[in-house]
Amino acid sequence: MKRMKLVMAGNGMAGVRTLEEVLKLAPDLYDITVFGAEPYANYNRILLSPVLAGEQTIQDIMLNDEDWYREHGITLHLGKKITQIDRVARKVIAEDGTSAEYDRLILATGSQPFILPVPGKELQGVISFRDIHDVDAMIAAAQQHKHAVVIGGGLLGLEAANGLKQRGMEVSVVHLSEYLMDRQLDPTASHLLRQSLEARGLKFLLGKQTSELLGRDGRVTAVRFKDGEETPADLVVMAVGIRPNTELAEAAGIHVNRGIVVNDTMQTFDPRIYAVGECVSHRGIAYGLVAPLFEMAKVCANHLAQMGIGRYQGSVVSTKLKVTGIDLFSAGNFMGGAGTEEIVLSDPMGGVYKKLVLQDNKIVGGVLYGDTVDGAWYFQLLREGRNIADIRDHLMFGQSHLGDTGHLGQNKAAAMSDEMEVCGCNGICKGVIVKAIKEKGLFTVDDVRKHTKASSSCGSCTGLVEQILAFTLGGDYSAQPKTKSLCGCTDHTHEEVRQAIREHKLLSIPDVMKFLEWRTPNGCATCRPALNYYLLSTWPHEAQDDPQSRFINERAHANIQKDGTYSVVPRMWGGMTTPSELKRIAIVAEKYHIPAVKVTGGQRIDLLGVKKEDLPNVWAELDMPSGHAYGKAMRTVKTCVGSEWCRFGTQDSTQMGIDLEKAFYKMWAPHKVKLAVSGCPRNCAEAAIKDVGVIGVDSGWELYVAGNGGIKTEVAQFMAKVKTAEEVLEYSGAFLQIYREEAWYLERTVHWVARVGMDYVKQRVDDAEGRKTAYERLQFALQAEKDPWLERAKEGVAKHEFEVLTV
Amino acid sequence: MQDWIKVVKLEDIPRAGARVVRTPGGDIAVFRTDEDEVFALNDRCPHKGGPLSQGIVAGRKVTCPLHGWNIQLDSGAAVAPDEGCAANHAVKVEAGVVYLAASAFVPVPQPAKIACAGH
Ligand code: SRM
Ligand SMILES: Cc1cc2nc3c(=O)[nH]c(=O)nc-3n(C[C@H](O)[C@H](O)[C@H](O)COP(=O)(O)OP(=O)(O)OC[C@H]3O[C@@H](n4cnc5c(N)ncnc54)[C@H](O)[C@@H]3O)c2cc1C
Ligand code: SF4
Ligand code: FES
Repeated sequence: MKRMKLVMAGNGMAGVRTLEEVLKLAPDLYDITVFGAEPYANYNRILLSPVLAGEQTIQDIMLNDEDWYREHGITLHLGKKITQIDRVARKVIAEDGTSAEYDRLILATGSQPFILPVPGKELQGVISFRDIHDVDAMIAAAQQHKHAVVIGGGLLGLEAANGLKQRGMEVSVVHLSEYLMDRQLDPTASHLLRQSLEARGLKFLLGKQTSELLGRDGRVTAVRFKDGEETPADLVVMAVGIRPNTELAEAAGIHVNRGIVVNDTMQTFDPRIYAVGECVSHRGIAYGLVAPLFEMAKVCANHLAQMGIGRYQGSVVSTKLKVTGIDLFSAGNFMGGAGTEEIVLSDPMGGVYKKLVLQDNKIVGGVLYGDTVDGAWYFQLLREGRNIADIRDHLMFGQSHLGDTGHLGQNKAAAMSDEMEVCGCNGICKGVIVKAIKEKGLFTVDDVRKHTKASSSCGSCTGLVEQILAFTLGGDYSAQPKTKSLCGCTDHTHEEVRQAIREHKLLSIPDVMKFLEWRTPNGCATCRPALNYYLLSTWPHEAQDDPQSRFINERAHANIQKDGTYSVVPRMWGGMTTPSELKRIAIVAEKYHIPAVKVTGGQRIDLLGVKKEDLPNVWAELDMPSGHAYGKAMRTVKTCVGSEWCRFGTQDSTQMGIDLEKAFYKMWAPHKVKLAVSGCPRNCAEAAIKDVGVIGVDSGWELYVAGNGGIKTEVAQFMAKVKTAEEVLEYSGAFLQIYREEAWYLERTVHWVARVGMDYVKQRVDDAEGRKTAYERLQFALQAEKDPWLERAKEGVAKHEFEVLTV
Repeated sequence: MQDWIKVVKLEDIPRAGARVVRTPGGDIAVFRTDEDEVFALNDRCPHKGGPLSQGIVAGRKVTCPLHGWNIQLDSGAAVAPDEGCAANHAVKVEAGVVYLAASAFVPVPQPAKIACAGH
């Protein structure tokens, strides 16, 4: 097939990100040609500030060098500005006459710094702060001259001022308003910022309007203000704002209104022509930070790749200042106003100020100064529109105060030294992560995970990694979109995959992959286990299990250990055992030289260090059923002694636990499922932190769900109160079946319920008819399941799995 | 001249799966891909020695069961950003039977880290 021609004007951050995404999705669809007005390949514009400050070099901030374009077969015209688009002949023409035809065109022309229309603006030594050229000019000026004046006390102006100061110049910042960064900070935070910048030697001329630039021999010498005052200047940096660069589009007759106007699929009024980045006006907004631009890039690429499912719906942005040593965060409506409330924590001596603006129990904006570690968290709450009523009294003290820290007190991201360990599972220190982010140009937690493995295992340090990312990248950090694709092999989400399997009655993994146009021939270790589960849980008795798509534990029905041996955890119903079971365990452990025998936290016994080839015999001789300690499956039902023995017991919790375990034994689930039954509210079986917790009371049983005792402890929520043991089974069974049918793979009940809401769960379970049929569907599904140990030990199933070949 | 030793029938290795061959030099994992290609690697992950034979095989890669490194079946190289290599051995299939190069059975002292050819 002949490839289509894709041409791009502008090779900045948004444009090239779009190409990267296109290459990922449809590597062979287009012949790509790129024009860039600057003589450089693709670099990280954001990091010009650290380059100016002498903290990084131009080489450090290249994102894609010329080799990258070559490797991907992209024709690159550097130093060539496109001046004309011939929309009839569908070609673009550059200043020097170079032309290229297109089937699709991307405009990614960025923006231009706004230059104050004052006399003297064309003098030598008057520049803006936008590209490598400007930074070179500033560095050269700093070597020869003394006085710098930065006009504009916003983000960019302050970063320029800081850089020039670091380079040894005397720097004054002129700002029209009385407050620095008045578009991002309230007066209090602004004042604190000014104090710390003054302490670094910067001077401020606030409330001043520039009227003229004075010069001698064509070079600037001073700045004059409206009030008649003057200040000496050998270098003037104008940082008073940017304007979408729309010249080219306008000349081609494309609709422009303070930015190239695009729809939600990033198309301009000429549907062959797309636009992304700062040059764009989307729903009336032009953005000037990269996070939203990267979201645009994703959507644009999605359409160019002819997937046609992405929509860009606008972004909420947050800001950080990249001046080393100053922590500042701002987002949303930080000023407040009618109908809003504020929570303020102010410690000016300690240099800390925090303000959150609330409206209808939601965060709508905030400013953090001095301590910004919770910025990412507040911003997430803001974007999710999370109701904070229940955490309001701790909110100001940050996420750590809610017990959300995992293991390491991760909200110290900024303060951590490079050697401190972030990811305990993989032994990754902060320095390694920061280095990878900088050197490899990483922007998301997923990228960091891929490159460093940090947070790829237990995940408890994800929050910390996220904070390190946010801290290292500044405002450049774009949080993960909530609707993530299942894995790199597809763009479909878990939800879309589940739906397709259900609605189109797909019965095998190849069917699903074909129907949903998987990008890889047979998936990967992430999607195959998920698909296998979705098929089995949606079409019990009909879909075929694929053992090769299961993680080794579920394929071998035992837990793999670090030395390649396995552990065996037989079922002990409700934590009850017998002398004869204990004798068999003892005999087996001795006969097979099993090095360790341990009582687990799940009220049963673990035999650790069994050789794989011994597994079938060990199972056969134990003659006890599989405990599924290895599976995304029903694990244990913990019980207490209950009314049979305990002086406080109100119900026979032990028998209830045994009944539950027998009823749900062999049940596969999106993740592991743990139950517990306590005989009274003293709760000795710890039912309050289980996926399903049952607590006996005088008048019957209380049912709690979606508790978790793992990485992040969550107390289970009340679901229902019932009278009889039959009802306990039916309610629990219905809850578990709905979870099995609707949760995403690897989502524990606690996460699923957090996503769909406890109200939804209650409504489903309270409906008598729905509850009954859900419970029946579970029983139907379980009929198909056999005891995997019995099959393998006695019936010779999957023999090859356990035999070693010798010759 | 390469000497070959017969190890197993192709049909006795599950598709997208592996079998373990025990040799004096250690275990060797013999993989069969979804498309019936066969590869042999030392059954030791370059990361922390995990048994690669127990991983999930997708395309021409296996995902180590211990910490999820992806290893290229044809070369034994870890997929970037990870670095390292599991030694690979010559294998062939003839008339439905898998043969492993005799050299695979000779115990050779393994250096702590092996560099992959071409890496
Ligand atoms: C054996 C045992 C520790 C012990 O010696 O007591 C254990 C051992 C493991 N746990 Fe656990 N957990 C054990 C009870 C628990 C408990 C306590 C309980 O069940 O009452 C918890 C907290 C309760 C909970 O899950 O809500 C627990 C929370 C975890 C978690 C965190 C789960 C979470 O959602 O946050 C993981 C990681 C995971 O599943 O991804 C985990 C993962 C593991 C793994 C499977 C790690 C792995 O992937 O290899 C360990 C397997 C060891 C092996 O091969 O046998 N284990 N683990 C316990 C087995 C209980 C049983 O009889 O089946
Ligand atoms: C100093 C500085 C610090 C910043 N700090 C941050 C920060 O901390 N966080 C944050 O989120 N954002 C920051 N930004 C903003 C961020 O860099 C921009 O939002 C982003 O680079 C815009 O990407 P873009 O692709 O739209 O435009 P650009 O990256 O500007 O790319 C546009 C490119 O197109 C070229 N071009 C224009 N017209 C043509 C034409 N007709 N033909 C060919 N080529 C053309 C231009 O020369 C330019 O190279 C900062 C910006 C600067 C300058
Ligand atoms: S048994 Fe559980 S707590 Fe202990 S090391 Fe393993 S995963 Fe961690
Ligand atoms: S041992 Fe293979 S990934 Fe760690």
